[in-house]
Formats: sequence, C-alpha cells, structure tokens
Amino acid sequence: MTALLSIKDLVVRFRTPRGLLEAVRGVNLDIPAGASVGIVGESGSGKTVMSRAAMGLLSGSNVERSGSVMFDGQELSSLDSVQVREYFGTGMAMIFQDPMTALNPVRRIGTQISEGLRVRLGMSKKDAMKRSAELLAKVRIPDPEAVLRKFPYQLSGGMRQRVMIATAIACNPKLLFADEPTTALDVTVQAQILNLLADLRKDLGMSMVLVTHDLGVVANNTDFVAVMYAGEIVEMAPTTELFANMKMPYTEALLKSIPKIDAPTEKRLPVIEGRLPNPTDRPEGCGFASRCSYAQDKCRQDRPELEDAGNGHLYRCWYPLGSTIARKSS
Amino acid sequence: MKRLGALGSVLRQLGQAVVVVIGSTLFLSLLLRLLPVGLAEIYAGGFDEASRAARLKELRLDKDPVTFYLLWLRDFVAGDFGPIVSPGGGTTPVADKVGSALPISLQLMFYVQVVALVVSVPLGIYTAYRSGKRSDKAISYGLFTASSIPNFVFGLLLAVFFGVTLAWLPPLGYVSPGENLVEHFRTMILPVASLAIPLIATYTRLLRADVIATLREDYVTMAVSKGLSNKRILFSHVLRPSSVTLFTSFALNMGALMGGTLVIEQLFTIPGLGSEIGIAIFSRQFFALQSYVAILAVGFVLFNTLADIAVGFVDPRTRERRRA
Ligand code: SF4
Repeated sequence: MTALLSIKDLVVRFRTPRGLLEAVRGVNLDIPAGASVGIVGESGSGKTVMSRAAMGLLSGSNVERSGSVMFDGQELSSLDSVQVREYFGTGMAMIFQDPMTALNPVRRIGTQISEGLRVRLGMSKKDAMKRSAELLAKVRIPDPEAVLRKFPYQLSGGMRQRVMIATAIACNPKLLFADEPTTALDVTVQAQILNLLADLRKDLGMSMVLVTHDLGVVANNTDFVAVMYAGEIVEMAPTTELFANMKMPYTEALLKSIPKIDAPTEKRLPVIEGRLPNPTDRPEGCGFASRCSYAQDKCRQDRPELEDAGNGHLYRCWYPLGSTIARKSS
Repeated sequence: MKRLGALGSVLRQLGQAVVVVIGSTLFLSLLLRLLPVGLAEIYAGGFDEASRAARLKELRLDKDPVTFYLLWLRDFVAGDFGPIVSPGGGTTPVADKVGSALPISLQLMFYVQVVALVVSVPLGIYTAYRSGKRSDKAISYGLFTASSIPNFVFGLLLAVFFGVTLAWLPPLGYVSPGENLVEHFRTMILPVASLAIPLIATYTRLLRADVIATLREDYVTMAVSKGLSNKRILFSHVLRPSSVTLFTSFALNMGALMGGTLVIEQLFTIPGLGSEIGIAIFSRQFFALQSYVAILAVGFVLFNTLADIAVGFVDPRTRERRRA
C-alpha cells in the first residue's frame, strides 16, 4: 500500500534564548491511505510539534525544519508557508485540542465553517451556508440552522468540538490530523466524539492521525500506533500487535498511567515518575533511562536504535519487555 | 431580569455622571470663594454704592455660596449657562460662546482621532507582523520617544519648525472650513499633529501587542489550516479580536484628549472651548468658567460611557455579559 503521507527524517528545532531546542529528532512515519494512525506520548514528547510540522503549520522565524514530507505524491517540505495552503482544507485538515481557543470567539459559527468552503471550493456565500448546515447535521448537532448564527461561547464544549470537526471536514480532506481532540472534554462526550470521528472517517474515506497522550484512546480507534518520547518514535506497531506484545518500558509506563475513567478530569493526565529530559540538552544513551525501572548501565551510555521485531513492530530499547535477556530490576 | 440588568447599568452610569458633574462644579464654585480678591470686587468693583447692590443681586452674589451654587445648577440643567459680564456692565450669554466654540473643539478632537487611527492601525499591524525585526524596533522606539514629549512642547516645536523656520504652514490661527477649506486644513495640520502623535504611539503599541498575541491563538492556526490567505486571516480573524484594547483606549482617550485640546487650542489660538476657558480665566469670568468646567465634566462622562458601549460592540462576549 502506498502511503498518503510519508515523513522522512523529520527534524524540528526551535531557536530559543536558552539555546537550540530539538523538539523532533529524525522521525520516519508513513500514513497509509484510509488508515487511522495514533501518535502517543506525554505532553512535551514532540507529538504535537511533529504533526504540525508534518502538515506545514509551523511557521515563524525561530523554527528550523529539515527532512522530507511527501503528501499524495507531492514533496511539501520544499513549499513555503503560503504555497502549502493549496493542500489545506481539501488535502489535509486539523482539529485542535481546545475548541474554545481554536474557534474565533468574535465570529459566528456559520462564518467560520463556511469560509473554508468559499475560499477553497469557491462556493457562493449562500451555498456555503447551506453546506455548513449540512455539515453540522453530519456531526450530529441538532438544529443546525440556529447554531450557524451563534458565537462559540454560546455552545457547550462538546458542541464546539463538533463544530470544529465540521469545519475541518468541510472540504473533504484526505487526511485529518486530530490533535488531542477529546482531552478538553468530559468523559462521556469523549466517547461520542471518538465514535463520530470513526464514523466520519469511514463515510468520507479519510485517513486520520490521532495525536493523544492516552493509550486508551488509540486502543479502539487506530490501525497503527507510534509512541513518541523526547522527540523520537520509540515504539511503533499495528495497534493489536502493540497491545499484545508491548516492547518498550516507556509504553508500558504510559499504559499503567491510564487513569481510571471515573477520576476527575484534572487527574486524568498520565503521570510517570520523573521528567522528560531537557530538550536543549539531551542526555547520551536512552532518553528514558533516568525514569526507566529496567535501566542498566548500557542504557545510560549508548543510544538504542529502532529494532525490528517482525510483524511491523519497531522499538527503541536495549532491554525490551518480554525478551529473554536477563534483566535486574533496579 | 435581563432588562433590569441593562437598566441597572444605565442608571449606574447616570449616577456616576451626576456625581462627577456636581462634584467638580461644587468644588470649583467653593474654590472661587477663596480667591484673595472677592467676587463682589471683581464683578462690581467699579460701581457706585447704589448700582453695586443691584448688580450683586442680579448676579446672585448677595446669596450664600451654597444657595448660589444650587441656583446656578438649576439654570445649568435648564440649559442656561449664565452670563459673561463685561467690565462696562453689558452681558453675553455663555451659551452663545459655547455654541461657537464647542463645535471647533469637537472638530479638532475628531481630526486628531481620525488621523491617529488612520496612521496607527496599519503601523500596529505592520510592526506586529515584523515583530523583533529591525523595522519594528525602529518604529517602536521612534514612537516611544515622540510620545514621551508633552504635547504642548511638541506643538511648540512643530510650530517653530514648520511654521516659522520653514514657513510651510501657518504657525497659528484658525480658518473655518466654510471660509476656505484648504486654508482650514492647513491651519489644522500642526495642532492635530501635536495631539495625534502621542496617541499614535499609544494606539500602535496596543494594537501591535494584541495582534502579536492574536497571531499565537489557536484559531489563527486553525484559519491557516483551512487554507485561507494571509490577507483574509488578517482581516477576518486577527483584526477584530485584536482591536478591543485599541477601541477601549480610543474611547477613553476622547476624555483625555479634551485636556490636551484645551492647551493646544491656546497655543495655536484656535477659538475652541479651550481658548474660551483661557479667556475666562484671564478676564476673571468665573461664572462662565464654572459652566465651562461643567460642560467638560459632562463631556468626559459621556465619552467614557460611549467607550463602554463601543467595547461591547467589538467583542460579543462583553455584549452578552452586559445583557445577562
Ligand atoms: S533502553 Fe534501557 S532505559 Fe531505555 S527504555 Fe530500554 S531498558 Fe529502559
């Protein structure tokens, strides 16, 4: 299967007053057409920066990007921030974590959904509005006509997220990036939104990249999972294979940190002991060593490379889980 | 409940307005009694005993200060701003002076605000998009320097340089637009510039900061991800949410501008309210002065109320809060 989106050696660095911050360190990732791929990691793991850089949404004088991003047969990394917009809306689209901040507070819902249709598909104002109402119905918003005239603050969080989804899918994109689409929402609403995304994906034949900190979210909604840590992919496998045959201690730690579903929202972010390595000054060896309960001396000295375990399962660890290599727990 | 809320806020505004107007005029009125030369002396100094009493009665100077003030207030509310008394004994109504001077002052303020906005909006946007670059720094420092000079000093410098040294523009004077439109604008350039430059600095700085903040908002990234052009994003997503602070400052500066106008009008001899107040002070027309101050106070409160309403217009969230 040819990849719809193919990311090769993607590196993203930010120039900061404290030095060069390497947020993404050589990521290789293929998104097959029609597939749903999960990208999982803690906040600060580089997953959001990676997805925005892949789409070409990172701009600014302090950003350095290298590597190749092929979308639908076209190399995007050679395009500037204006040229790449030819692909936005119709080719790629993104939904953001917090629908409160990702919808313009001073503009009506109808205007915000329809402007993409007008600009990208050249629809008339009237047609675009009609289509916007259909889109709102498609994301299961009752009384779409009335919602078109509202401002974002007049809607609930779940409704706002539906509006954002409607906006993103308006021009039938081939690939939808969903960046923590449910993190800002209540548990019950989370499930509804994830179901909605799954249904839309089937309906429209879209590929989806689901960026999240929550392994529980990707378990049921993806074909493929890439786990990111400190700017690198540390484990990647088909979803069933990953959960059946986990290799990375980090992935295991993420899984253990999945909070109880009835925990209060603010406690639902994963907590792994210790902190991410300082991105302006990466340690030698494995980036997870200071937090890993299986770490050995070798981990602190040599950096592990991605190993292939077969079945399309890649991992980056000297002492993978379930291996026969003797390990002592420290 | 909703209606009551709106009404309540209007009543509160009105209450504030009344307090400001009464407070400032009562203060001035009582202050006048502390003048080393008595009011009677000023207004009826040259009169003989017989006509002096009649004169004082006519001017209500035979009343105690509080009664005097209350009577003045009653007249003021009724639109009678009192007389300007010439030393010879003749009087002209203050209302006549206000009628001719106030439009000229308002016109000056209007010009200043228009010029300030027309210059600062593009400048604010430009510096925000180029923030940190050399052109942004040059403009920002330049404006900061210009705005730290008091406007009358600035006016004086402009008048001397452009009006006298280069003699490009009339250094002072006023020509009404009906008389000669071109000359009218030529006479207005220097006073408008001296008042507008500090405002341009303020507005540019506010808009620049807000645009920079807005450009970092998710909804701008979202707009980019829809494939909109930069121009469209600027006009339909960035400008309006970025202009709330600018708008507030714009409206609040109407009040502050009244103070600046008073000084600049006298500097450039523009026959507005500021010049009239100057004349009233120098010719010791204290009754007139009291009415002028009351008019200024009313104007100040009015502008601040309009500021509130205008901000609600720009940001629907505050509009909703007001209604709720
Ligand atoms: S390489 Fe070592 S420190 Fe890193 S995850 Fe594997 S066992 Fe842990």
